[in-house]
Amino acid sequence: MIEFEQVTKVYPDGTEAVKKVTFKVEKGETCILLGPSGCGKTTLMKMVNRLIPITSGKILIEGVDNTKLNEVELRRGMGYAIQDIGLFPHITVAENVVTVPNLLGWPKAKKRQRAAELVELVGMDPVEVMDKYPAELSGGQCQRIGVARCLGADPPILLMDEPFGAIDPITRERLQDEFLKIQSKIKKTIVFVTHDINEAIKIGDKIALLKEGELVQYDTPAALLSKPKNDFVAAFVGADRALKGLRLTKVEEVMRTSPPMVKVDEDLAVVNRRMEEAGTKWLMVVGDDRKFLGWVGKSYLEKSDRLKDIIIPPAATATRSTILSDALSLMLSSVIGNLAIVDDNGLLEGELVFDDLYKALRRINVE
Amino acid sequence: MWVDMWLFINNNWGQIGVWVLEHLQIILVANGIACILGVVVGIYITGKGREGIADIVLYFASIMLTVPSLALYGILMGILSALNLTSIGFLPVVIALILYGLLPIIRNTYTGIREVDPAMIEAGRGMGMTEWQLLTKVKLPLAVPVIMAGLRQAVVMNIGIAAIGSYIGAGGLGQPIFRGIANYRPDLILSGAIFVSLMAIVIDLLLGKLEQLTTPRGIRIRR
Repeated sequence: MIEFEQVTKVYPDGTEAVKKVTFKVEKGETCILLGPSGCGKTTLMKMVNRLIPITSGKILIEGVDNTKLNEVELRRGMGYAIQDIGLFPHITVAENVVTVPNLLGWPKAKKRQRAAELVELVGMDPVEVMDKYPAELSGGQCQRIGVARCLGADPPILLMDEPFGAIDPITRERLQDEFLKIQSKIKKTIVFVTHDINEAIKIGDKIALLKEGELVQYDTPAALLSKPKNDFVAAFVGADRALKGLRLTKVEEVMRTSPPMVKVDEDLAVVNRRMEEAGTKWLMVVGDDRKFLGWVGKSYLEKSDRLKDIIIPPAATATRSTILSDALSLMLSSVIGNLAIVDDNGLLEGELVFDDLYKALRRINVE
Repeated sequence: MWVDMWLFINNNWGQIGVWVLEHLQIILVANGIACILGVVVGIYITGKGREGIADIVLYFASIMLTVPSLALYGILMGILSALNLTSIGFLPVVIALILYGLLPIIRNTYTGIREVDPAMIEAGRGMGMTEWQLLTKVKLPLAVPVIMAGLRQAVVMNIGIAAIGSYIGAGGLGQPIFRGIANYRPDLILSGAIFVSLMAIVIDLLLGKLEQLTTPRGIRIRR
């Protein structure tokens, strides 16, 4: 838990960067510090690990005033990732990842194992990248390693300053998805700085919206969208609030859990009948264990007498935890229009139909 | 003249060997000390709030280079004899070469460290490196290529200046040159000059190799 109490920062030139900010980040939560540039969000974050000294007020880490702690130990106890990544180019990926364990004097074998674990956690192949140098990686890969590095010594708290800032939007979305997946496993207390409202809504449990050093609103993303405290908040979260609301809803809340489907060994006549019953031109095809195999379309039924031969493999699937805005773009990019929802093992869990998504959108709008 | 030179060299391998060794000794001692001193001073002046000191140090170091070597030897002889120290030969020459060698080394250490990407320093500090760890684990390894280039420059420059040291009795490859000038023996002058140049070329190549070896592999990779 991190508690900010009347935190104030005045720079020597008299600029008040942060003014009496008070709020609390609960254990295991991702708290987003959001605001336009110059609002003091980075300054606020850097006062947590004392890269910037506090002028007045207190920051309590698990109840302890952080100025009472040894500066170096304080920093080693929390992960730190920055927008410019700052991977050390002269040492390997593995050595970069275990920078903090190295400072803490872990034995060699343990460091190596930890590096492999973390590289794998951020979705890369340890065998392939551990002994490479940062210059041999792509920008997106470097960002991942930057995230892995801040998890190095398994700190309970992570400070992240626009960690996905310097990459293209597609890679960024993917990294955010993976970040959510990782966070659901590791449950760290995270202070995450961004100026991107969409990123904030997508990954934050709570958002602290700052303006000119003052905390304007501290709320859940849903509350920030539906009950903006004043005009500034409303303007900052934007006019397309309903669309942003799609980011707050997960597939599982609107998907159909017992969609019409056929087994792969079914007779084509049965398939046809099932389509008529369901009033649809497309049916999902599953294997014996409910494994999702693909789609069968009405217009393909005459092309063969075996279902197996006319299955169209899925171009895209989603999972229960996919957010609706992502699901929508997947649906729009596929000819079928509906989306199969599968679990991690590819077993079919349900179906997302455009109508349901539309209803969800209207519901958000009404709220 | 070339034939005379060749005859001289061929008949005096032993003597030339002695000169080469004397020359090498002066260079190694002077640049060894200049290197340590230069890197230490270079690191010191990169410290926070020492920009003023840095300017002064770099200014004096570059002024140093404008002093003609003969004049500097003369000044040092005066100072050393006033201090009751050996005022001719090895000592004044080594001191002069240290002074000359400092500038490239201090300057390159300073720029090498200053030019380390601030993101890396912030990352290191943010992860809990002490200032010393930041220096030894991040700044110095990254600045090594630049520092080495400075050292190389200093050594090559000093090989030439050391030759003039023979004038005040330090021995080395300046000996045949000065003797040749005094006795109008172009063959002697040429032999000395050729060996000075050879030494500069060989040492420059060796230091180039060393520069490569000490550059961390990760920063040799170009995307």
